[in-house]
Amino acid sequence: MNWQLLPQFAVTGILSGGPIALIALGLVLIFKSSYIFNFAQGQFLLLGALITWWFSVEQGLPLYTAIALALVLSALLGIVVERLALRPMTGQPLLSIILMTLGLSQALQGLALLLFGGSQRNFPQMFSAADPYKITTPFIFNDKPIIVILKQNLVWSFVIAILGVILIGAFFQYTRTGLAMRATSEDHELAQSTGLRIRRIFGISWAMAGLVATAGGVLLATSSGLDLSLWLVVLSAFPAVLLGGLDSIPGALVGSLIIGLAQGLTRVSTVPMVRNSAEIMPYLVLLLVLIVRPEGLFGQKRIERV
Amino acid sequence: MAVQRPAGEFDFSYAYDMATIRRRWQWVLLLAFIAALYTLPLYASQGFISFVNRVAISVIAVQGLNLLTGYTGQISIGQAAFMTVGGYISALLMRELGWSFFLALPAAALGAGVIGLFFGLPSLRVKGFYLTMATLAAQFIIPWFTRQAFPDLLNGAQGITVPVPAIGDFALDSPTRYLPLTLTVVLITTIVSHNIARSRLGRAFVAIRDNDLAAELLGVHLFKYKLQAFFLSSVYAGLAGSLMAHNLRHINSETFTLVDSVFLLGMLVVGGLGTSLGPVLGALVVEYLTEAATVLGPVITAVIPYSAGNAVQAFKPLFFGVALMLFLIFEPRGLAHRWQLIKAAWRLRPFSH
Repeated sequence: MNWQLLPQFAVTGILSGGPIALIALGLVLIFKSSYIFNFAQGQFLLLGALITWWFSVEQGLPLYTAIALALVLSALLGIVVERLALRPMTGQPLLSIILMTLGLSQALQGLALLLFGGSQRNFPQMFSAADPYKITTPFIFNDKPIIVILKQNLVWSFVIAILGVILIGAFFQYTRTGLAMRATSEDHELAQSTGLRIRRIFGISWAMAGLVATAGGVLLATSSGLDLSLWLVVLSAFPAVLLGGLDSIPGALVGSLIIGLAQGLTRVSTVPMVRNSAEIMPYLVLLLVLIVRPEGLFGQKRIERV
Repeated sequence: MAVQRPAGEFDFSYAYDMATIRRRWQWVLLLAFIAALYTLPLYASQGFISFVNRVAISVIAVQGLNLLTGYTGQISIGQAAFMTVGGYISALLMRELGWSFFLALPAAALGAGVIGLFFGLPSLRVKGFYLTMATLAAQFIIPWFTRQAFPDLLNGAQGITVPVPAIGDFALDSPTRYLPLTLTVVLITTIVSHNIARSRLGRAFVAIRDNDLAAELLGVHLFKYKLQAFFLSSVYAGLAGSLMAHNLRHINSETFTLVDSVFLLGMLVVGGLGTSLGPVLGALVVEYLTEAATVLGPVITAVIPYSAGNAVQAFKPLFFGVALMLFLIFEPRGLAHRWQLIKAAWRLRPFSH
């Protein structure tokens, strides 16, 4: 353990959990309403970021206009995908649904490569890369206080991501549509029999998943650049979702922050093997969750009746 | 499995009732087909022979996946990870210990099976989607292990060169010479998996797939059979991985990726879950689509002027993804089912029912 670096890496780790939380939120939104685990969420994120890039860099629109346009387009993409690919799968076995989203992920990945090419591209900076925030912590090491240096984009991505999660959470809790979505997630048939239009609700949840994926994609692209491997981030969001509980919005946030923290903490180690395990840390956590508490921290435990 | 037999054909004995190949002309056709495959080097091009090699190896991996996913209903997106295990084990046994390939291949299969057992352990507690996530974990942890562990032996992310298998002085160093090996293995695995599926073991698998609670009440030991399915599936993956590694003569953590696992699952669905014919048809069609993407890519790019320069690479996932989605919507039981329908229609001709 490198104690001097511990606070730095712990804080950076937690902050990097912010954008992961947005992706995890998209997964939870879809799972909550329709019991579909969307393996194509990473490609949603990639396409959202690419569309933003295309509008702002290729077309020369102001960045925030480009983001707004990309948000609208990705919501549409979500609706189209739900209508064309997932609705025919209603009532099909789990395997078909999993394979549908996996097939979708491959198709969208191919589409992204076809339309935009595979080169690394510069994404417009949203936050100044210079003058990072310096925070003096109360911890003393070798008679000097430990200073934590935080890049602006990391801090602001985190703040925006948290705001997004809170906003969506409030939407679920306090609006009529949110109430309808919660009712749908309890039981599809029951919700339909009370007159809710559950098809519309599936559409809305896929559109929202597209929105948050694009938001996450833009935040990630602005801090780490944009190429076709951006979708790989989603692979650390899967374990975060399971850790938090598949159908829990606060769980998505807490799970992502814990995953970020765990990755940060492994990076502090002085043993190379442990330090390098940061990349598979999410999956070690995942295995632990599956063995100890499969429903996750905040998830609903489903009891099987015969 | 609805048995549809032609009119006028009767079972004279139990053995005849159980026989897979029932008629003399079926034997003739089958043997002619196998002979045609083995004699491919006499009349087919090098390119086609390496294509057949690739298909045959995919068939083995998909047959394993079929036992686990098709018959037992446990969805795995980690099959490629167990191929990695198989590839590394046989390569290391030959390189470091000087084993013959024909000892290293079964050893690789067994080794992959044992690792598969380990990742099947969560099936004690979780099922369905959660188990899928456990196999996804295998897909990350195993390649990571080959990159990070024992750098002297595994050479990190660079990977290792894999020795050429040889029979005496006859080195299997070209697609033509490799072909009989892959064909023989695929023949054996086909016979074994077909017979597993219709034995006590296979019936237990199907019972677990169709209703695990009912199966348990009838005395099927769920955990035991699920682990056996994981073991068998990984043994197949180990065989396929080892064959592929010795075919490519190089292996690293990127040889078999998550995308390959997805492709293997896709092959299974396109071919038909829970059938013996499915893996063969599925692997053939998907590998052919991949091939078509390579051939058609430049043509389409020439016709449609807009291109970002990566059309060929883009068409592979695009074709596969779209084909898989179309199959799931329009023919979820796969090509094997379609083949059954065609056969039934032929037998009932000229009547429609």
